[in-house]
Amino acid sequence: MEVKFSRPAHHRWIEFAVEKAIFGAGIISIIFVALIFLFLLKEGLVLFRHYPFTNFFFGIQWSPISEPPRLGIVPLILGSLAVTLGAVVMAVPLGVCAAIYIAEIAPGWLKDILKGTVEFLAAIPSIVLGFIGLVTLVPMVKNIFHIPTGLTAFSGSIMLAFMAMPTIVSMMEDSLRAVPRAYREGALALGATRWQTIYRVLIPAASSGILAAVMLGIGRVIGETMAVMMITGNSARLPTTLLEPVRTMTATIAAEMGEAVQGSTHYSSLFAIGIVLFIITFLINLTASAFIKRRK
Amino acid sequence: MSETKLQIQNLSLYYGTHQVLKNICLDVLSHEILGIIGPASSGKTSLLRALNRLNDDVPKFRKEGEVLLEGENIYTDLPVWMVRKRIGMIFALPTPLPLSIYENVAYGPRVHGMNQKKILDKIVEETLQSAFLWDEVKDRLDHPAMRLSGGQQQRLCIARTLAVQPEVILYDEPCSGLDPISTAKVEEAMTMLKSRYTQILVTNNTKQAARVSDRTAFFLMGEMVEINKTEKIFTIPQDKRTEDYVSGRFG
Repeated sequence: MEVKFSRPAHHRWIEFAVEKAIFGAGIISIIFVALIFLFLLKEGLVLFRHYPFTNFFFGIQWSPISEPPRLGIVPLILGSLAVTLGAVVMAVPLGVCAAIYIAEIAPGWLKDILKGTVEFLAAIPSIVLGFIGLVTLVPMVKNIFHIPTGLTAFSGSIMLAFMAMPTIVSMMEDSLRAVPRAYREGALALGATRWQTIYRVLIPAASSGILAAVMLGIGRVIGETMAVMMITGNSARLPTTLLEPVRTMTATIAAEMGEAVQGSTHYSSLFAIGIVLFIITFLINLTASAFIKRRK
Repeated sequence: MSETKLQIQNLSLYYGTHQVLKNICLDVLSHEILGIIGPASSGKTSLLRALNRLNDDVPKFRKEGEVLLEGENIYTDLPVWMVRKRIGMIFALPTPLPLSIYENVAYGPRVHGMNQKKILDKIVEETLQSAFLWDEVKDRLDHPAMRLSGGQQQRLCIARTLAVQPEVILYDEPCSGLDPISTAKVEEAMTMLKSRYTQILVTNNTKQAARVSDRTAFFLMGEMVEINKTEKIFTIPQDKRTEDYVSGRFG
């Protein structure tokens, strides 16, 4: 039987419209990112008209309402760094082990429960984790180390390690599971034990995914604000140990933006901190995606 | 011929309730190449996986019957790593590890505790020569194994298996993805290895079994229909089903 097809003319228009709409949606997200960055630059760079560049980046005192204001961000960067590094040191080894256990060792039913639970941890709002930390962790740190206050960089690190874990575990587990079965069987068939297979074949094969997971975890930690503000003590002094109150860059912006006079030096200095943060997270994400690309 | 290397006694394999191998009794002799032919899902691959104990980690896998390697039960008398060291396996798709050529071969000896660079160098060279690969790769041992061609990868896998000094080598359709020239090289390697190893070759290519194996077994639907000297299987098969299969009337 011969069938004659005649497509209605509007099909072509639908095709055209859908294509353009999708293109538009895609381009809008790029435009937004560009606009946000431009706005940040515009509001932040004004600062350096009134305030010397070097004093901002290398100044070790942050007292924006003193006269004249001192806007050195070294204590804030160190605060962020201390909290982040502490969190990474705790979250990465734990996360790697958890991911290996879930991907390679746990039996099927337990695997599902564990993975589900870890991902559920990501769903807890950070503010909730923050106040749980405030009432449980902070007094604990204070008592264990016999220090005047438990509101320290160390407490913040523990809290943030919890927040970074789900990202790290779940991404690492995915990349371990993506390792072809053939590698596993190839190694096992030579007489390698399970641990030898994991250590010498699976981890190297999944290494780019593992590194990407770590980078994204760091990105999550460095950008976190509320919980850190609640439990790190919020004191913008130069920290010397992890057991002192610190203040991160994010917390500074959140705490001071409300009271800064719009257009003032203080106001634009907060935006300048925003630029610094933006660049740091951007670099971290860039590194992460470089690792992910290398995997392909 | 010579003495028995591997005794398979009343072996039945199940995945869940599905029986894939039915009461197989088979003796594999030292230094022979035993070809196993048969259509898809006849249980050939399952048999090899059971001999290397690769099914251990498969959920719901169950076996009945025993396998003896020189009289020792591979499921109860020997630790699993020892079984896999003594009975090596080559897979259908070449499976080099994501390491350099050198490290692929050295991987096996390393997991078994060999760390002396000099001895590893020697093992790598000797096994690559046995697998007819040395001349093609000797100048680029540090290159990633993934960059080799399919045929070279498969010979690398043979070298890797030889490096742990196995006694039995199992081949699971080793040439299914290879061109005729690569296939010939793999077959040549197998023939040369006869003096030192016992080899079992599962293949979908009946001609390959005819070319390289000393004895051939025909499997169908989990049963071993017939086993005999290769020339007999291909010229005067005892069973009608074998005859139909080797003459290409089905399968």
